[in-house]
Amino acid sequence: MSGHTVPADISDHMLDLDEDEDLEVYSKNTTLADGGTMPNSPGSMVNQYQLEEDEEDHQDVKTKDIFVCVDNPESHITAIETFITYRVVTKTSRSEFDSSEYEVHRRYQDFVWLRSRLEENYPTLIVHPLPEKFVMKGMVERFNDDFIETRRKALHRFLNKICEHPVLSYSQHFKAFLTAQDLGPYKKQGPGFLSRMGETMRAVAISVRGLRTKPEEFTVMQEYIDHFSTKICSVDKVTQRIIKEQKEYMDELKQYSPSYLQWAELEEELAEPLKGVGNCIERCSKETEDQIQHLSEVLLPTLHEYVLCADTLKAVMRRRDNIQAEYEVKNEALVSRRVEQEGLQEEVEDLAGRVEQANSALRGDWTLWRNVMRTDLKSAFVSAADRNVEYYEKCLAVWESFLLSQRGESVEQTDWEHGS
Amino acid sequence: MHFGLLISIKFPQNILELTHVPLPFSNLKFINIFLFFIGFSGIHTVMRIKSAHIKQQLSRCVIREDGGGRTGRFGGSRLLRRMEICVSEAEKRSCRNAVSMLETFTVYLIETRPLEPTADGRNSSPDSVWRRYSEFELLRNYLIISYPYIVMPPLPEKRAEFVWHKLSADNMDPDFVERRRVGLENFLLRVASHSVLSNDKILHHFLTKEQGWKDLVHETGFQAKADSRLRALNAIFRVRSPNKHLMEVKHYSDELQSYTSQLLRARTRVADRLYAVYKVHGNYGRIFSEWSVIEKEMGDGLQSAGHHIDAYAASIDDILEEEEHYADQLKEYLFYAEALRAVCRKHELTQFELEMASQDLISKKQQREELATGIVRTFSFKGITNKIFGQEAPEQREARLNLLEELTSEGEEAVKEKTAECDEHAERAVTDILQFKEQKDKDLQEALISYALMQISMCKKGIQVWSNARECFLKM
Repeated sequence: MSGHTVPADISDHMLDLDEDEDLEVYSKNTTLADGGTMPNSPGSMVNQYQLEEDEEDHQDVKTKDIFVCVDNPESHITAIETFITYRVVTKTSRSEFDSSEYEVHRRYQDFVWLRSRLEENYPTLIVHPLPEKFVMKGMVERFNDDFIETRRKALHRFLNKICEHPVLSYSQHFKAFLTAQDLGPYKKQGPGFLSRMGETMRAVAISVRGLRTKPEEFTVMQEYIDHFSTKICSVDKVTQRIIKEQKEYMDELKQYSPSYLQWAELEEELAEPLKGVGNCIERCSKETEDQIQHLSEVLLPTLHEYVLCADTLKAVMRRRDNIQAEYEVKNEALVSRRVEQEGLQEEVEDLAGRVEQANSALRGDWTLWRNVMRTDLKSAFVSAADRNVEYYEKCLAVWESFLLSQRGESVEQTDWEHGS
Repeated sequence: MHFGLLISIKFPQNILELTHVPLPFSNLKFINIFLFFIGFSGIHTVMRIKSAHIKQQLSRCVIREDGGGRTGRFGGSRLLRRMEICVSEAEKRSCRNAVSMLETFTVYLIETRPLEPTADGRNSSPDSVWRRYSEFELLRNYLIISYPYIVMPPLPEKRAEFVWHKLSADNMDPDFVERRRVGLENFLLRVASHSVLSNDKILHHFLTKEQGWKDLVHETGFQAKADSRLRALNAIFRVRSPNKHLMEVKHYSDELQSYTSQLLRARTRVADRLYAVYKVHGNYGRIFSEWSVIEKEMGDGLQSAGHHIDAYAASIDDILEEEEHYADQLKEYLFYAEALRAVCRKHELTQFELEMASQDLISKKQQREELATGIVRTFSFKGITNKIFGQEAPEQREARLNLLEELTSEGEEAVKEKTAECDEHAERAVTDILQFKEQKDKDLQEALISYALMQISMCKKGIQVWSNARECFLKM
């Protein structure tokens, strides 16, 4: 750090997040605190959800009856590639499942498959995001231990969020994912590549055309999502920046304490207090290290997931808009041309139904998501604030014990002075 | 040694006077900080807005020696016993200097008040003198020349060094001026309470006679001595038998300088980094505020938490300003190390001069002996010329012998004087150095304790802020 020069006026620089190239990329150095502990029985965990729009009147207390744990990353080396699989253990009391316990091994690709299936089948539900495929910046490889651990924790959270979802947890694909020893056959099902391409092109065409009338509630939702997205990104950036600055602070502290200890060796009377201060600083730098780790393991991953969520939300809104637009296109055709009336009429009715379904699904899930988001972020912020308090309490104890040792000495000294 | 504190604090509206608060420590700086903490530790905003003003007022406090103090470096008959001294204010002045250019500089007001009533039983009115930094330097240089065996209390630094980035390196910056004012006062108090220095007449005049003081100093002729001493010290010379103890002290002073400056540099870098950490937190407040607009339930919790975090970010300014006092205490001893070294060097010089004089005497004696006995032991020009041109006449020889006798006895006197000077210097220096070491240990121990107190205060603030933020987050 000795060669590092601080820019002359750092205060503006501090507040100017966008220029910092650091802030463009997601953090990679995150290790997480929440482990994959399995509860012993499904009934031992209780989750509360607000499933109705009217939050005040109906509160459904849902008991969690399915638990998933992701652990045990293992490396697999074949002729073509090397990849990591994770053990996925399921315990459930649901009747849809033949057994109450399952163990399978899945790789990242499998998770991606699951998520895309869920999004296809439930286009206007909010599916929790997966950790990123790989990291841009830095020398992190895919097989770095920290990276694997971070990913494992994120995958664990992903599956558990699905478990907690009242609709998604009943998905056939989800069941298959958790139970099938070989996912191969399932992967071959579903719309093929060409039909998916066609869908995408239609969606693009529709989005170019624009919607006739967007319901007010979804306009509001869109505005919220845009705003939320920028805010959560900023909070994420600031947190990353804080971690960076804390690390540099800690590095300097590590250079600072030896200068006291060095000086102490030169002195006689003064050696003890100098050593005392040097040791205090050393201990505080350790506390700083722990604190940084907590920030990286708890607050940052949560914020990060919600940055990804924001993108998910935007995608959901687009899909909903597309469904509506598809209906409108067909409806227009029906109203104007009166060509192929019968077939078209049915189609339009179908599409209208689809719009209704999509909208109500989104509506319900939106409330659910808002609550989960609030809970998650609240818990992350509270935890971070707690940890800060703990950090300062520990440092306080360190300095107070030093003071006590010195005061003890100076009291002795005054007694001696009195005596003489 | 116990000091009692006579505090007289002038606020704009009224004067608060407390008498004789006994304190277990004697360092002026620590007292400043101590009062600052006990008096104003609860009122954060007041501290921030008025701190500069209050600190100025606080340092109008005075150390008065209680009876029965131990005789030491700062005991015995002291100037300080008889008068209060403080450097109370600073002002900007402009005037045309020697080359007719407009110069702006700062002057400091030295106020003195004799503590004892005068012969006719009344209290004398206070004296006040305006002095600028260069005059303090002149005084100190005079004192160094006049008392070369004293470890001279240092002045506050000429230019701001070890500056972390937010701190100004500008000599005109009000914070710098304020810290310099405190440093100058500290210098005067140390000098005025020193057993030897406090009796100096030039010092007295410095404190009381604004006009004409400079002439008085120059009349002492110390400048010439200073110049020759500087030349001599800059020359490379080797001492045959240096004073072992003083050599050790010199070595110690070198290391002390090195370690304290290293520490100060490291501290500056730490301060820089800590500032960055705190200030980046300031972004949370802004973002949470904007975010709270779109949230129904979370909004209030977010925003109020943001306010607390803003306070956290802002608190670093005061914290680091306090730490500057600690840095100043360390700097004082960084400069003291230089002064300590100078005493050792002065002795080396004196010792060298003694060795030279002894050498000279030996050679003169030898020459006399040769002349007297006619036996040439050493190579000399006279020897050669005698051989070439023949021996000189008896009258010339006689004259030269007498001259040599004179020179020899002069030489003996010189050696005696130089020896006495050397021994006296060593003796006094050793005494003063011992007392300096005691003072240093005490001062620095207090400094370290005050540093710990600062850290504790910072931790307590941190605990409070984040506990508050936590409460707000719980309301999300």
